[in-house]
Parts: sequence; C-alpha cells; structure tokens
Amino acid sequence: MRHIISILMENESGALARVANLFTARGYNIESLTVAPTEDLSLSRMTLVTSGSDEIIEQITKQLNKLVDVVKLVDLTEGGHLEREMMMIKLRAERTQREEIKRLVDIFRGKIIDVTDTSYTVELTGAASKLNAFIEAVNEELIIEVVRTGPSGIGRGPKGLSL
Amino acid sequence: MELSGGEIIVQCLKDEGVEHVFGYPGGAVLHIYDAFFKQKELKHILVRHEQAAGHAADGYARATGKPGVVLVTSGPGATNVVTGVATAFMDSIPMVVLTGQVPTPVIGSDAFQEVDTVGITRPCVKHNFLVKRLEDLADTIKKAFYIATTGRPGPVVIDIPKDITDPGIKIPYHYPNKVKMRSYNPVVKGHLGQIKKAVKILMEAERPVFYTGGGVVLDDAAKPLTDLVDTLGFPITQTLMGLGAYPGSGKNFLGMLGMHGTYEANMAMHETDVLIAVGARFDDRVTGHVKQFCPDATIIHVDIDPSSISKNVRVDVPIVGPVKQVLKDMLKVVNEGDKKPKQQALKKWWKQIDKWRAMDCMKYDKKSELIKPQQAVEMLHKVTKGDAYVTSDVGQHQMFAAQFYRFDKPRRWINSGGLGTMGFGLPAAIGVQMAHPKAEVAVVTGESSIQMCIQELATCLQYDLPIKIILLNNGYMGMVRQWQEFFYDSRYSQSGMSVTPDFVKLTESYGHIGMRVEKSEDLEGAMKEAFSHKDRLVFLDVVVDPSENVYPMIAAGKGHHEMYLSPGSELV
Repeated sequence: MRHIISILMENESGALARVANLFTARGYNIESLTVAPTEDLSLSRMTLVTSGSDEIIEQITKQLNKLVDVVKLVDLTEGGHLEREMMMIKLRAERTQREEIKRLVDIFRGKIIDVTDTSYTVELTGAASKLNAFIEAVNEELIIEVVRTGPSGIGRGPKGLSL
Repeated sequence: MELSGGEIIVQCLKDEGVEHVFGYPGGAVLHIYDAFFKQKELKHILVRHEQAAGHAADGYARATGKPGVVLVTSGPGATNVVTGVATAFMDSIPMVVLTGQVPTPVIGSDAFQEVDTVGITRPCVKHNFLVKRLEDLADTIKKAFYIATTGRPGPVVIDIPKDITDPGIKIPYHYPNKVKMRSYNPVVKGHLGQIKKAVKILMEAERPVFYTGGGVVLDDAAKPLTDLVDTLGFPITQTLMGLGAYPGSGKNFLGMLGMHGTYEANMAMHETDVLIAVGARFDDRVTGHVKQFCPDATIIHVDIDPSSISKNVRVDVPIVGPVKQVLKDMLKVVNEGDKKPKQQALKKWWKQIDKWRAMDCMKYDKKSELIKPQQAVEMLHKVTKGDAYVTSDVGQHQMFAAQFYRFDKPRRWINSGGLGTMGFGLPAAIGVQMAHPKAEVAVVTGESSIQMCIQELATCLQYDLPIKIILLNNGYMGMVRQWQEFFYDSRYSQSGMSVTPDFVKLTESYGHIGMRVEKSEDLEGAMKEAFSHKDRLVFLDVVVDPSENVYPMIAAGKGHHEMYLSPGSELV
C-alpha cells in the first residue's frame, strides 16, 4: 500500500543523505521525496512517498525514527490528511489544439503560465492522482516536458506536526 | 583556559574519562598527535594497521563496557578503519572514532589523502559528524560519547579537518557536562503494563524457554537475568553474542542455539509454547528458516531498540526498554505476584529436555591421536580454569570456542558475531589486555584468520602484552571447507591454506615465544607451558585434525528441528 510519511528533521548537512541511504541499504521503495526548510530554520520538513506491506512500513518508520537527525515523524496515511503536488507541464499547442487544451486546463483548474506560438506551459496543483489524470487526458504526442515536485502532505484538523 | 583544536580533543577525552586511545598518525592528524605528545595521562597505543586500531578499541569496549576510542588520519587511515567500525556497528559496541580530514578549504577538491569519510562510514555507524567550526568541536565530542554509549550502543565517527586543529588558533575551552538532543531520546524505562502482561504469560507457560543475546551483556544485566531464570526455573539458551551472561555451567543452560547450537537448545526452541527473547535480534544464524521458527510459541521480546522488534519474526508482547531495568522489574513482578510457574508442566518439559540432552550432541572422538580442535578448546578451559578472556576470529575455531569454552561470566567471550570479521581476534585481545593487564587473555584463531592482522604481534611486543595465541591449525579455511564439503561435493575451491609461514619462527622474529604441538598426548603440557610464561606473549601453533567439522549444524534456510549431528546423519 502507498504511504505518505512526513518527517521533521534537523536541518543538518547529510540528513537527507542518511534518509536516502537507509532506503537503498535496506531495499525499501521510495516513490518520491521532497525536502524544504520550515518556519524554524533549524528544521527541515521531508515528505516521503513509499509503498510496502504493513510490516515493511512499520520497519521503515522505526528505522527512520532511529536516525539521529530525525526529530519526529508521522505516517499521514494513518489518518485524515491532505496531499498536494505541483506540476509544470509543457505542451505542444498549435492552432487547432490551443482551444481544446485551454478547456482541459480549465476543467482541471490549472493555469497557463507561459505561452509561445507553438506551446503552453501549464501549472497544475492537486493530489498526485489528479496530476496523473491530467497527463492521461492530454494527447501523449503533445507533451514536451513534465516537471513534478512530488507530493507534500499535511494532516487534517487543528493539530500539527511540530516540536 | 584557551586551547587549540588539537588540545581541545585531548582535553575532551580526558574529561570524558578516557584512558586509552588506539591509533596511527598521519598528515591530517599531526596537530592532534602533537597535543598528545605534550601530555602524559592519556595513553596512546600505536597499532600497525588502522583496522587493528578499530578492533582493539572494540575489544577494549567489549571487555569493560566503556567506549573504545580510535584516532586515525584521513584517506587510507579512515578507509582502513572502516572494517573495525562496521564490526562494532553490527555488534552494537560503543566506540568513538576520530578521523583526520583535509583542511576545510580544500574539501571536495580531491586533495591528497582526501576521502569522504562521513559518506563512506554513514551506513555502518550509529551516527557521524564532520566538524566544520572549531567552536563546535567540544560539543560534538560530547555528543559523540553520549550517542555511542546510550540506547542501543554503537560506533560514532567524528571527521575533523586539519585546519580545525591548527595550534595557532585558540579558543576558550568548555566541556559540557550534559547533552540534550531533541532528536535523540533513547528509552530509559520499559512499560510496566507490558512487563506485567509478559509475566502473566510466563506463569501460564508449559514449555517456556529464554533466548538471550548480546544486549544482556551490553547492559550488564547478567545478574538480573540469572536471578530471573533461576527463580522461574525455566531453561535458557543464549546466542553467540550472549554467552556468559547466564553461566555456561548453570543448570538451566541448554547451550548456544542456532546454526551451530546444541540439539537440546534448538529442539527446545522448536517445541516451546512461550519464548522470551531478551536483548537478542532474531538473526538469520539463530532463527534458521523464519517460517519454521518457534511454530507454536507466544513470543515476548525485550529490547532497547524498537526497530529490532518484529523485524524478522512477528512478536506478540514487545517490551521496549533497557534490558537490565526490564529484567529487574520483571523479577519484582514475579516475586510480588501470587502466581507461580506451572510446576507439573515444567517437570514434564525438563524431562523432555533431558531426553534431548542425552543425545550428547557435542561428542567427539577423544581418543584421536590427531588433536581435535574441540579438545584444544577444552584444554584451554582447563588450563585457564575457565576464567580467561577469550577473543576469536571467524570460522570453525570460533564455533568450537563458543561451544566448548563454557563461559561463566559476561564480557569474557569477545568475537565478531554480526559482521564475522576475520582478523578481529588478535587486535581485540590487545584492547582486552590493555583494559585488564593482569588477566589471562587468549586468542583462539585459525591459520587463515590470524594472518589477516598478524602484524599486530609487533604492537604486543611494544606494550608488553602477554597474550596467548591458540592457533587451531588445520591448513584450511575450515568453515569454507566445511560448506564446500557439505554443499559443493567436496570441491575445495580456494579454501586450502597449507602455505603459511612457520608460525614459531615468525613469532620469534617478532620477539615472542613460539611453540608448536602436533600430538594429543602433548597438548596439555604445551598449553600449561604456554600459560606459565606470565609476562610473555606465547603463540601456540596447535596442529589439529584437518577433517573435523562443526556439529550440530542447521543448514541455511532449514528449521531448528533439522540438524546434522554427525557426518552423514540428518535428523528431522
């Protein structure tokens, strides 16, 4: 099953490498991984998407917790949560296609953020599944480039993952 | 007090209570070595290869419980010590390893003797640091000792660029008394509710067994373990790493379990209804085929490391906490409760165990003219009155030592269990003898393993270490040969080791006493003579029967109830 694990970690050099190392060394899956600083500059927030049986996910969270740089973590999939990913997708858009692509972007509530005579660049945000759906909806031959951030997640409700 | 980086390191080590540092100098650590030169309290032991510095510090830590300290230079100094670090990591041994690094401005420029030490060691340390500012040095050293020695112990590497130790730059010195890290808070107490739940299950058990490991030794929990086992009257088996915590001569001891464990220990594991695992990690050499592991058992597992629990085998009652405290609490709950273990059922269980014991699975030919390796270890036990510190390398001799030197005390049996590092024994003995100058220290080794760190004979001479090396010389990498005999139709591919130096002359050229014994009738005299040289290193080359194999044996991937007990036999 797919899990989204959200990690608060010390903003130290090597912290990211420790997490990446753990996954390769123990043969765990890693689908995506994003890291950025938080409001507290000494902490980074990492969102990691992985998949595996319950036993493997249990081991993954235990092994992550064991890393000295990891302060706290939560498996968001265990409760209500929101998931967002941003994608920039460059599409071939010539005369006849321009109107149709524009309509599709509207349906997906995306934005066209760059325009040339022959192309559109579209910005789209949502759950990973929504981005996948958009990619499937456009004609494959029109896709020039896809850039995705990988999902970030946050738990629902008033509580947050903090110190 | 204003100190330079090099002086800070020396002062921190003193403030941490360190007495011995195992190391080897080089360009990147010259400033630190200069600071060493100017003081007397800290003793530096100069090894002959950095790998040995790692193993010596490791042996020191295993024998004392105090962290071992290593100091080596950058580049090859650091890569050579990696085997020592990985060995300590696999067996959870507390160590602090200081490595020199090229100066910060040239890091990443492929400078002379530069290697990414933090990167190379990352997968085999508990944690590591690169010190980038002189101001962080003392704090980092404090953190390193704290991390290495608390929770599940392990090695910590501190990589120190040369400019950080510049004698021309001094700052005020302050060594923190305490350290607090928001991201590192090891568990200090096991959950009482879980402990009570476990005791309740133990009292209902009809065929219980204790299975204990290195964690009991590491946490100095031998006494509460022994008390609890004896109070309950349950049988106990120990892993290779756990030997000595419960006395080997104790009446409830079934011997070691696992691949080369006793018949009774493995059969008890297979038939048990309640397994209590303490400070053990269900290693593949212990469990055999996991699907067939303890098929009928409710499993209780006590361990300081949550990630050890339910990693290989699903556990029913997990107790995360320090082994010593949990065992003490457990004993208290047992003593204060009104329930007693099921005596009738236990009696029946012991009767069954005695039947297994009667198989006498450790028997060997005692009338052989050729010396049997088992006999050599039993003789060592006799001559040292079972009270020596025994280090070993890896292979058949290691298993024979584990099986036949019945360790009655913890920290006496020192071997590389997890990583299985050949070359460990002699340097580890250096660390042990440094820690216990008056004790008898023996290395049980093979002619292949000993050659991997043979250069340390010179270190032993330099520091007058009266170690006794008992070489079980069968002219083969014995364990490799055994597997080739069993599973490769005796095609002994590259496992012959008949071309060796004359160990007697070699030892003499290093300034020690060399002896050789070939007949079983001469063994006792030779062993006694070796140990009569109280202040000299003696290397006893024992020529043993080359065809001897280690039994019992569970083939990899088999269950506990499927053992070879002797050549040509299979038991199901």
